[in-house]
Amino acid sequence: MYNPNAENIIVVKDLVKRFGSFIANDHLCFEVKKGEIFGFLGANGAGKTTAIKILCGLSYPTSGQLNVGGFDIYKEREKIKRNIGYMSQKFSLYDDLTVFENIRFYAGIYGMRRKVIEERAADLTEKLDMKEARDMLIRDIPLGWKQKLAFSVAIIHNPKIVFLDEPTGGVDPVTRRQFWDMIFKASREGITVFVTTHYMDEAEYCDRVSIMVDGKIAALDTPDNLKKHYGANSMNEVFLKLARIKIE
Amino acid sequence: MPAILVEHISKQFSGVKALDDISFSIDNGELFGFIGPDGAGKTTLFRILTTLLLPDSGTAMVNGLDVVNDYLRIRQDIGYMPGRFSLYSDLSVEENLNFYATVFGTTIAENYELIRDIYIQIEPFKKRMAGKLSGGMKQKLALSCALIHKPSVLILDEPTTGVDAVSRLEFWEMLKRLKNSGITIAVATPYMDEASLCDRVALIQNGKLMAVSTPIEVTKTYPWKLFSVKADDIFGLLNDLRNFPGVHTVFAFGQAAHVSFKDRQTGEEKLVEYLQMKGHTGISVHSADANIEDCFMELMIKT
Repeated sequence: MYNPNAENIIVVKDLVKRFGSFIANDHLCFEVKKGEIFGFLGANGAGKTTAIKILCGLSYPTSGQLNVGGFDIYKEREKIKRNIGYMSQKFSLYDDLTVFENIRFYAGIYGMRRKVIEERAADLTEKLDMKEARDMLIRDIPLGWKQKLAFSVAIIHNPKIVFLDEPTGGVDPVTRRQFWDMIFKASREGITVFVTTHYMDEAEYCDRVSIMVDGKIAALDTPDNLKKHYGANSMNEVFLKLARIKIE
Repeated sequence: MPAILVEHISKQFSGVKALDDISFSIDNGELFGFIGPDGAGKTTLFRILTTLLLPDSGTAMVNGLDVVNDYLRIRQDIGYMPGRFSLYSDLSVEENLNFYATVFGTTIAENYELIRDIYIQIEPFKKRMAGKLSGGMKQKLALSCALIHKPSVLILDEPTTGVDAVSRLEFWEMLKRLKNSGITIAVATPYMDEASLCDRVALIQNGKLMAVSTPIEVTKTYPWKLFSVKADDIFGLLNDLRNFPGVHTVFAFGQAAHVSFKDRQTGEEKLVEYLQMKGHTGISVHSADANIEDCFMELMIKT
C-alpha cells in the first residue's frame, strides 16, 4: 500500500548510465515507499532492465546516488543482494532440479538453516497446492505453477523488496490473476514490490506507476492521477499517449 | 479450398498430449488468431503446419497440399516467423534479408513492394548486425524475411510476446495491411486483447480448441450474468466478492472486478448493500458484457 508518509525504501537521485555514447538511464530521480507496489513501465529499449540491474546491485551506475533498502549502491552491494528478492520471466528456477531442490537451493543461498528450509518447503508446497509435485522436475510442471513457485522462492528469505521483471508474460489468464493475489498479499505483509509488465491492466493494480520513455521517467504517479492528468480512461491509453510521442 | 485445413491432428511428447484431436479450417485471406497461454499447443500446431514436425495422427493441408507428402511445395508457399528470434545475429539487417530472398530463389528488388511499409522503418539501420537490434526492430526484420518470397500464407508464432503496448499496436496495423493485400495469416498470441483484431479466433488451452468463431460470436456465448464492480480497495474488494453468496467467479480486470452469477436474478442492489456493509468506499456496480478473457477463463474452468 502506498503511504506518502512511509519511509523511503528506494531512493534514486540523478541516476545516469551510459554505454559508450548511448545514455540508457538519463538522470532518473524517484523514491519508492515501504510496502508499496511500484509499477516500472516503459517501451522496449526504454532503459528499464538497465535500471533494475543497477538497483539489484548487479551493475554500477555511471553516476548518481542510490540507496536500496537502506544500503548504498556503491559501498553495500552485498547487503542489498541479501535484502532483496528477484524474479524474471526468462529465468527463475532450475529446470533440471525438482521443486524441493529449487526451494532448498534458493533458501540455502540466503543462509537459511536446513531445518528451517524443510519447514518452509513443506509450508510453501502446501500453500501452493503443490505437495504432490514436490519431487517433480521443474521442466515437467506447468508454467503457471512455475511462476507461482518462482515468486514464493524469491521472497522465501522475507526480503525488504522484491523485483519482478515481467513475471506474468505468457501465463494463462487465471494464473495471471492468482499471481497478482500473491503480489497483493506480499505487499500487505510489508514487502515492497517493484514490478515491470506489458499487461496494461496490471498497471492498474500498482499503487504508483512510473513510465520510462527514452531513458527518462516521463511520468510518475498513482494510476488514478495519471489517467486524470492525461485525460485517459485506462492505463493503456496513458501508456500509448506517452510512449507514442517518441515514435512520431 | 480453404488456405489451411486441419482434421483430427494429435501430437504427444513423452506421454503429454501437446495437441489433442484438433480440427479447424482457415479461409483464404483470413486473419486467424490462436489465443492461448504458453504451453497450450500453439507452437506444436504451427510446427506441424510449417512441415517441421510430423503429427502422430490426423491430416493437415496448406493450400490443398498435404503437410507430410507435399512438404517441399508447402515450404515455397508459406512464410514463417518462429516464436524465438531465429535470424542470423552476426549478419547485418540487409544480409539477412538478402539471404532469405536468395534461399527462396528471389531478390529483394523483386518483392520489395510487399515489404516496403515494414522494411522502410528499419532500412536506416540496414548495416547493423541483427543481434544488435532492439526487440521491435528484430520483429520487423523477422516479418520482412518471412515475406520476402511473397508467400500466400503467413504463419506467425507469438510475434508480439514481450513487446510493449505501442509496438504491439503497430504490428497489428502491419498485419491488417498484409491481410488487405490478400495474404492468409495465422497468428498465435497470449494477449487476449488482440483477439478482437482477428477475423476469427481459436481459443486454445492444454492442446484443445475450446472455441472457434468470430470474436463477437465467442463473447456472445458467455453463459452467466456478469457485473463490473469497482471500489477503492481492489484487493479487499476481490476477497469480499469471493465470499458473496451465490457468486460463480471473481476476476480482476484492471480497475474493476468482474463478478459472475449463475443465477440471473441476482441484482445490483444486493451487491452494493453487501459491499457497503463490508465497509467499502467508492463502490460502483454495473452489469457488463463479457470480453474474450472472461470467456477464455470460463472455458478453462469448465474443462
